[in-house]
This record gives sequence, structure tokens and C-alpha cells, in this order.
Amino acid sequence: MENTIKINVENLNLYYGKKQALNSISLGIQRNTVTALIGPSGCGKSTFLRSLNRMNDLIDGVRIEGNVFLEDRNIYDGDTDVVELRKRIGMIFQKSNPFPKSIYDNIAYGPRINGVKAKNELDEIVERSLVRSALWEEVKDDLHKSGLSLSGGQQQRLCIARALAVDPEVLLMDEPASALDPLSTSKIEDLIFELKNNYTIVIVTHNMQQASRVSDITAFFYMGDLIEVSGTKKMFTTPDNKKTEEYISGRFG
Amino acid sequence: MMKNKTLGYSVIAASAVSVVLLIAVLVYMIAEIYMGGRSYLSWEFLTAYPEAGMQKGGIFPAIVGTVFMVIVMSIACVPVGTITAIYLNEYASRKSFFTRMIRFAVNTLSGVPSIVFGLFGLGFLIQFVGAGMDKALLGPGEVKWGQPNLLWASMTMAFLTVPVVIVSVEEALKSVPDELRAASLALGATKWQTIRKVVIPNSISGILTGSILAIGRGAGEVAPILFTGAAFFLPHLPNKLTDQFMNLGYHVYVMATQSTDVEATKGIQYATAFVLLMCTFTLTLIAILVRYKFRKKLKS
Repeated sequence: MENTIKINVENLNLYYGKKQALNSISLGIQRNTVTALIGPSGCGKSTFLRSLNRMNDLIDGVRIEGNVFLEDRNIYDGDTDVVELRKRIGMIFQKSNPFPKSIYDNIAYGPRINGVKAKNELDEIVERSLVRSALWEEVKDDLHKSGLSLSGGQQQRLCIARALAVDPEVLLMDEPASALDPLSTSKIEDLIFELKNNYTIVIVTHNMQQASRVSDITAFFYMGDLIEVSGTKKMFTTPDNKKTEEYISGRFG
Repeated sequence: MMKNKTLGYSVIAASAVSVVLLIAVLVYMIAEIYMGGRSYLSWEFLTAYPEAGMQKGGIFPAIVGTVFMVIVMSIACVPVGTITAIYLNEYASRKSFFTRMIRFAVNTLSGVPSIVFGLFGLGFLIQFVGAGMDKALLGPGEVKWGQPNLLWASMTMAFLTVPVVIVSVEEALKSVPDELRAASLALGATKWQTIRKVVIPNSISGILTGSILAIGRGAGEVAPILFTGAAFFLPHLPNKLTDQFMNLGYHVYVMATQSTDVEATKGIQYATAFVLLMCTFTLTLIAILVRYKFRKKLKS
């Protein structure tokens, strides 16, 4: 059982200046599963997500205590190569953020900064990534059109393709469908379901139905505390904690 | 309700009046200068040397001198300003003491009167740096660097324009959404890769326009080069950094204040001022075109 844990978080405390945003969080994230993080706005779930690939480093005044192990390495060790870490743990943002470049160049960006130059190799990566993100059929004839010319849902799948192009092991998704229409949302959800065969996925969502549809494990955050973690099915039928039940049944949030 | 409406209308009216006034002043100024100098403006005027105590001939060496000075100044101020702006916007922690000191220095520098830059250039660059170089590199009593020349004048002007470059490049960098930086970093790009491949390409039009506007500012200034390298009259063009040079703005100044017969040079003064104006307008126009072109490219 031990070796199915991909990321192990131990006693993670996070402070924005003097304000504590995460209180001693411990959570094991299973390999090749989808873990959903739910909770009301400001509960710390996005902050927690960003601390898994050290994107919080970019924010002035953030201080972190505790350990986050990716397999056997603590990513908060002093000698961690953050650049290398972020290649292994990709991220999809709430607002799709394609570069103002062509679809092709968007996806080739990651491989290129890793030194891939050969055109046939790049072509292959672009096609593979687009196939995996279920966008290939829609864009295969317009690879040189701007990424910004795509619809919102397509842009988000382009961002997923872009993240897949660097061959990550983990995908962090910060409310990836919150700005999308229902049809695009269901496409993203299908995609997440597909992707978990090959990747470990952690997804932050505001949408209870989405969490119950796509995730295997659900973690409920409230005011910087991790209140409850369990199998998604159990979480949405018989939660252990009263707060969880209240939130899931829509009594607050 | 009624009162608000009246207030709104009067604000609109006031803005309209100011706009019309501004445009009128500009048009009047250009027209006045053009009318005063038009009988002198010719191809000849642009390509000939001044003659007869500047009462005849052209302004060719002043144009060339201005261009040379602008080029040397740009080589100094554009890279330094751009790199500083990149440091301030991309690397520096916003709250650190060091960053605040740099910002304070930049803001103060941009508020210093231009004549002070001229005196600083004379005191620091020529009498300290230049004279020091002479002492160290040449024999006793020899003077090569310790006197006004193209290099020191351009450097002095660069001190004046570098804050303009810094502020406008920073503005351009700020216009790049943080989401794009985050996207790049999350893909495992280093900070420098992100700056080179995402931030700069997406702000290049702003960087260029800012630099061009700063250069235009430098092309039109006179005070900083008064004591640091501009010459009253030279029978030859500058061909090395230690040469003095003639300059359009300075040329107008000397004709208006120091020539033997100020009245007789009036037409040439107007014509020279017109050429100088056209030069800076052209730079501004290029800046606008660059911005327009890149914007269109980004959209497509």
C-alpha cells in the first residue's frame, strides 16, 4: 500500500506574512487517481495545490513549514531543483492561459525549453499531446493558428496539452472548468477520467457534482484545516464530519 | 440629479476646451516656426556647412552631430534602462530596501533639471573620469579624455534619458499578464527562459516605443551637452568619440545668443528649429507605428 502514495504531505503550514493560511495539513495523494480538493472560497485549497509544485514561491511574503514528499524526495529541501520539480508536476490554471502564439508553438514551448529542436520530434510531441488532450481532431488542420483563436474550452484543453507535452507525472488543476460552459466542462471531465490512467491528478473544484463525477478521493478544506479525506463515494453519501456534511449538502459555502 | 448633469456637461466642456487649446498651441508653434524658416528650407540647407558667421549656408554638421550623439547615447541608455527595468519588475522583491532605493533614485533622477546633468557631466565625467583617464593612460600634461567630447556629452544625455527608458520599459513589462509567466514557470521554464521567451516577446512593442520616445527626448535636449561636448562651430564632422560635435538644439541656441548678428540669423534659427522638430516628430511617429504594427500582429 505504501508505494501507491505519489505525493505525501506532512504537517504543512503556510503563512501569508503573519496570517496563517494552512494549518498543519497532512495528506497522502495516491498514484494514478484523481484527488479532488473541495471547500468554500478562501479555505486554502488552491494555496495547498500551489504548494505541491512550489508555485507559492512566486508570491512575496509566503512562508512554508513542513514536508512535501514527491516519491522519496522532499520538494522543500534546500537543494531541490524547482525547475525540474515543475516539469514533473504540471499545472492547469483556473483561467486558461495560452501564450499568444500558434497552437503548435504553445505545445512545443515546454519541449523546446528542454532542448528538443528536431522538427519531427516536436511534430510528434505536439500531435501526441493534442491527441491525449482530445483536441487533435478539432485543430489538426490549424496548428499554426493562434492559440487565442480557440474557444474557451478548447483553450483549456490546449493548456492541458501544453502541460502534457513535458511528460509530467502529476497534474495539478486549479478549477479548470470554472469558466467554461457545460458542454466544454463535460469534455474536460471526460479528459480527466482518461488521463488518470497515466497521471496522478489533483483537482481543486467548487463544483460538488464535478468532484463526485471525476474524483476517486475527496479532501474537504475549511478555514485552512483539512477536515476530512475519504473515498469520494463515501464522502458524498456518509461523511464522517458534520461540517463536511453541511458543506456538501449546500448549507454553506 | 439636475446638478450632476450640469457638472457632467461642464467637465466635458472643460475637457473639450483644453484639447482644442492644446492642439491650437501645437499647430500655431509649428506654423510659426515653419513660416519663419521656410525660405531657408531646402536640400542645400540640410547638406551644406554653415557659412559667413552662420548667416548663410546649411546645418549639415549639426544634423550629423545630433545623430551621432543620439546613437552613442542610445547604445548606453537603452540596454542599461532595459536591464534595470527587467531587474526591477521581474527579479527584485517589491518591498526590499534595495529595490526601494533604486526606485527612489530613478524617480529623483527623472526630476533633476537638465542643466544639472550638464554640470554633473562636466564635473564628474570630464574633470574626474576623463582627467583621471588622461593621468593614468597618457603622459603628464597631455589631454585626450579630460575635455568635452562626443562620448561625455552622449553619456551625460544618457543619464537624463535612462529613467525615461526604465519607466516605460517597466510599464511595458507590467502589461504582460502574470498568468503567462505562471504558465511558463509551471512548465519547468527557468525565470530567465520565461523572461526571454514570454515576457520580452509580449512586451517588445512597449520596450521599443519607450526607448524611441526616450531617444526623442535626448535628441531635443540642449542643456546637458552645453558644457560636455557641443561645439559652436566645427569645419569638419566628428569621426571619433573624443571629437566635439555640433548639435541642432545647441545651434539654435548659439545663433540666438552668441552670433555676431542675431537678427541676420533669425531665418536660419527658425529653419533649424523646424528641422529639429521634424526629427523628434519622426521619432515619435516611428514609436506610434511600431506600437500599432505589433498590436496588429499580436491580435492576428
